[in-house]
Amino acid sequence: MMKELLYHITAFKSLPLGEVGGAALWIILLPLANFILLGLGKKYLKNMAGVLSTVLLFIAVVIALSIAYHYFFIDGKQNGVYQTITICQAHWLSLSPTMNVELGIQLDALSVMMLVVVTFISSMVHLFSLGYMKGEERYANYFAYLGLFTFSMLGLVAATNLLQLYMCWELVGVSSYLLIGFYFEKPSAVAAAKKAFIVTRFADLGLLIGILILSFNTGSFDFQTVIQSLTNTQSSSFISITASSFLGMSTLTWGLILIFIGGAGKSAMLPLHIWLPDAMEGPTPVSALIHAATMVVAGVFLVAKLFAVFAIDVTALQLVGYVGSASALFAAIIACTQTDIKRVLAYSTMSQIGYMMFALGVSKYGGEEGLGYSAALFHLFTHAFFKSLLFLCAGAVIHLVHSNEMKDMGGLRKLMPVTHIAFLIACLAIAGVPPFAGFFSKEEILSATYKNNKGIYILALFTSAVTAFYMFRLYFSIFWNKSFDNHHHEHHGEGTITMKLPLLILMLCAAAVGFIPFSEFISSDNHPFHSAIHIGFSILPVVLGLCGITLAAFLYFKQNDRPDKIVNSIQVLYKTAYRKFYVDELYLFITKKIIFNGIAKPAAWIDKNIVDSCMNGVASITTTISATIKNMQSGKVQQYALYFFAGVAVLLMAVLYVWK
Amino acid sequence: MLLSSLVILPLLTVLAVAFCKELQQIRVVAFIGTLLQLALVAYIYTAYQSQSITQSNFLLERDCEWFPLLNIHYHVGVDGISMAMIILTAIIVIAGVLVSWKIKELSKEFFILLLLLSAGAYGFFISLDVFTLFFFLEVAVIPKFLLITIWGSGKKEYSAMKLALMLMTGSALIFVGLMGLYYTAHSFDLQTISKTLLNPEAQKIIFPFLFIGFGFFAALFPFHTWVPDGHSSAPTAASMFLAGISMKLGGYGCLRVATYLLPYAAQYYSPYIIALAAIAILYGAFATMMQTDLKYINAYSSVSHCGFVLLGIGMLTQTAITGAVMQMVSHGLITALFFAAIGMLYERTHTRQVKELGGLLKVMPFISTVFIIAGLCSLGLPGLSGFAAEVTVFVGSWQRTETAYRIATIVSCASIVVTAVYILRATGSSILGAVKNEHFLSLKDATWNEKLAALLLLIGIIVIGIMPYVLQNAITAPVVDIMNHLNANK
Repeated sequence: MMKELLYHITAFKSLPLGEVGGAALWIILLPLANFILLGLGKKYLKNMAGVLSTVLLFIAVVIALSIAYHYFFIDGKQNGVYQTITICQAHWLSLSPTMNVELGIQLDALSVMMLVVVTFISSMVHLFSLGYMKGEERYANYFAYLGLFTFSMLGLVAATNLLQLYMCWELVGVSSYLLIGFYFEKPSAVAAAKKAFIVTRFADLGLLIGILILSFNTGSFDFQTVIQSLTNTQSSSFISITASSFLGMSTLTWGLILIFIGGAGKSAMLPLHIWLPDAMEGPTPVSALIHAATMVVAGVFLVAKLFAVFAIDVTALQLVGYVGSASALFAAIIACTQTDIKRVLAYSTMSQIGYMMFALGVSKYGGEEGLGYSAALFHLFTHAFFKSLLFLCAGAVIHLVHSNEMKDMGGLRKLMPVTHIAFLIACLAIAGVPPFAGFFSKEEILSATYKNNKGIYILALFTSAVTAFYMFRLYFSIFWNKSFDNHHHEHHGEGTITMKLPLLILMLCAAAVGFIPFSEFISSDNHPFHSAIHIGFSILPVVLGLCGITLAAFLYFKQNDRPDKIVNSIQVLYKTAYRKFYVDELYLFITKKIIFNGIAKPAAWIDKNIVDSCMNGVASITTTISATIKNMQSGKVQQYALYFFAGVAVLLMAVLYVWK
Repeated sequence: MLLSSLVILPLLTVLAVAFCKELQQIRVVAFIGTLLQLALVAYIYTAYQSQSITQSNFLLERDCEWFPLLNIHYHVGVDGISMAMIILTAIIVIAGVLVSWKIKELSKEFFILLLLLSAGAYGFFISLDVFTLFFFLEVAVIPKFLLITIWGSGKKEYSAMKLALMLMTGSALIFVGLMGLYYTAHSFDLQTISKTLLNPEAQKIIFPFLFIGFGFFAALFPFHTWVPDGHSSAPTAASMFLAGISMKLGGYGCLRVATYLLPYAAQYYSPYIIALAAIAILYGAFATMMQTDLKYINAYSSVSHCGFVLLGIGMLTQTAITGAVMQMVSHGLITALFFAAIGMLYERTHTRQVKELGGLLKVMPFISTVFIIAGLCSLGLPGLSGFAAEVTVFVGSWQRTETAYRIATIVSCASIVVTAVYILRATGSSILGAVKNEHFLSLKDATWNEKLAALLLLIGIIVIGIMPYVLQNAITAPVVDIMNHLNANK
């Protein structure tokens, strides 16, 4: 038994990455160890919990960075192509004699990049949380959940097969549920956690069925096998999956669309986005990690991972593009009207993920044609830094002001200088102002879009102006505008060094990571290529962005009545956007009125009153019959004699009748 | 002899308990008895493992004539499937005794009935003679009636009567089916019957009796209505046993007797089974959404989850049947854990109404965590057993490409969303939120025996969740045997 177990757990292959390759397992195991340790020993670890998990995570960051270094600069490339390397595998289940599910770690350029992003942002959030969550009653629980999340997210990005991805996908969902509902005594937090889980679960149903379709047709869950057999147009599985169709679309299209639905749910794309703004009920560092930088981009990661297959199927890929661009614009408009700073950031996240999605949607496979793919992941990369920075800054602000509402803020620049500068740089980055990180990734997205789809390009241009506007609306309202009235608040400044340090580090990243020549590392076919910024091309978006900033400055730099006037002049529009286009109400109608009252209630009623009544009816009929005939057994001899003679008479008559 | 001791040991424990005087003595003796059961099962498992190289499908066989006139034998043996079910039984029985530690009323009788139940269940799972199997099935029904009527809560007389009558109806149907088998195959022996080629027409007539008969136990729609009332009125240990083992007796019977012995009919009736199972899964899940009593919630969810067992069996692919068996084991553990947690909450708060509970995580962290984990397991969280079993059923079901089967599979998959809804609703309003009732604040968390019971079940759940191949390796050979048998009789 023990021998069998050991055999199953570690099956290291010879590693091209040398010593570091094997250490990749530790990136995933450390957060898991963290979760188990804190989960079981929280009583004893109480105040050590935070430090312990932060240290463990920093070790993971170091390993991840060294693996990235080895992969990208030393061993990863063979003949100019980045290789896919399986580090380790452990048998989990055989789903048919030929379909084995092996859990393990598989590194390709995309996974290595994601490992770095996830561990790095997670470590920053851990560090920030040391101060932010101090004094919390369930301090150890918080770090245990963070560990669970980090573990599952790393397992997701390093997955070797679709089923492992699905498992980790569900696990990040649960960690998100636990963290959103961390303040479980607040009914709104519990409701938000529930909503997030159920909406994404609904999308996961699509993912599950999509995985069933792809794996059934290719006979495997392995990414490599699935991608190879579905991109080879001569293979039997490709022929069978494209030959069969349902409602006018081939099985392949259905499979990919269903998988995209799963991704859209996690990545809060239209119309499955409703959970993300509510998810802001969780502690702010959690929003920075899960609902800004890592988990919500899982959908983008999923499409990117299967991009070779998506690129073959035009219909599915176009859907990705249109859903992405619609979400980008839709969320940007709503973000202009929200007053809760975390909700503004949530909508901004949704909008930026929309950018990544449509960049994938307009991309093609291979070489320079695959610029959209590289751009999408570049934006994912830069976005992770500046968006988590924005959230951590928001956390610092909320920590000081004890409110999420813009109206309670203003003039904070003097009280919190570090946060102010960090926030400003992050805003410049997201608005696409050179030379900050967002500028480079957004330029790539726009130029890829311009080449392939003009309609989406125009939408994207408009959205980037709106983005600059709402981000600076946020910035001016928090740090400028009216002067901060700190009589009501205990003045405790910006918090400890552990809270400031992550801000500074992320600020440097948000300013500098744009200079990474990203397409030389990540590309759709793993062939590095060079992409350059065209200055002529980038003038228009930058100017539009600056216009947005100017407008925001005009309205919100100083306290004035201009915003109110504008709101009054477009009241209906404003209200519609403020109420988020009534999508929540629509969902409430569907769930409450249709599913709850229309399906669940009748089901329960039928069960009680029809199915069960039938069963009870059978019983009562039996009782009635037996009650009627039990009188026959009266114990009176005369009666029995009567029955006897009557019986004999009947028999006699029958016999006579037969015999004639 | 080794296997027979599985039946003898509980009976000996019953004797020992009968001679005990004090409450403390009774429960310690019962606990030791169940511990010995677990040890015995572990020993049998090692014996089984060491023998599993041989050709025979069933190991540790023992065959002796019981009633020569009718060719009834006492024939026992185990294969991977029954081994898994025996281990499940041993775990649930220990947990059941542990959570009933505080029973004061007629405690001697309570433990005696519980032990009798386990004897019946072991006997059922090891029988290779269908008549003996039927005999043990009956042994496992009657104590339930008494457990519910005496120690139950709510409308217990009604529920107990309903349960007994419906299960007896199921037994009657099984009995008719067995007679049919006997008169076509002239034997009650499982292996003998499986080797004779039964007339397809005769199979078609016998199959519904056996399948529906066992279906009564396995909560086959629409014969599931004893489940909600029976489970909710039963005392905690009995609920655990009912949902954890009794419902599995049905699933095991459907697979081992109906499907295995009547392969032609199983394929003929497969679409109907699938339809009923898919209905049970989704409809059961929707019906759960409207329940307000925690026990009703878990009972209805059991209907939904046991649907996966029947779905897997009805799909008749190797993967799906493997999934069905895994689901039996997994659901047995999960539902027992869930009922244990609900029982602990009820014992303290004296209510099971979701609306009256609230904020328990703050007051009773251990029990609440157990409740949440049981809930997460029920909604199929990877890493816990429910996911491994369900995903196997899904993948196995998808292998059937006919449109009707695909629809049934998608309908069943859709239940994962509904399950999430009802589990999170129940958790959200009873465990999370603010403390609703001030008197909850003075309540104590789990005692050692309750913790032990929960941990035992949890370990089972986690082991299967993380290393499902252990369970799967054990059941592959018998499932392959069933599949060969099915394929040979198309």
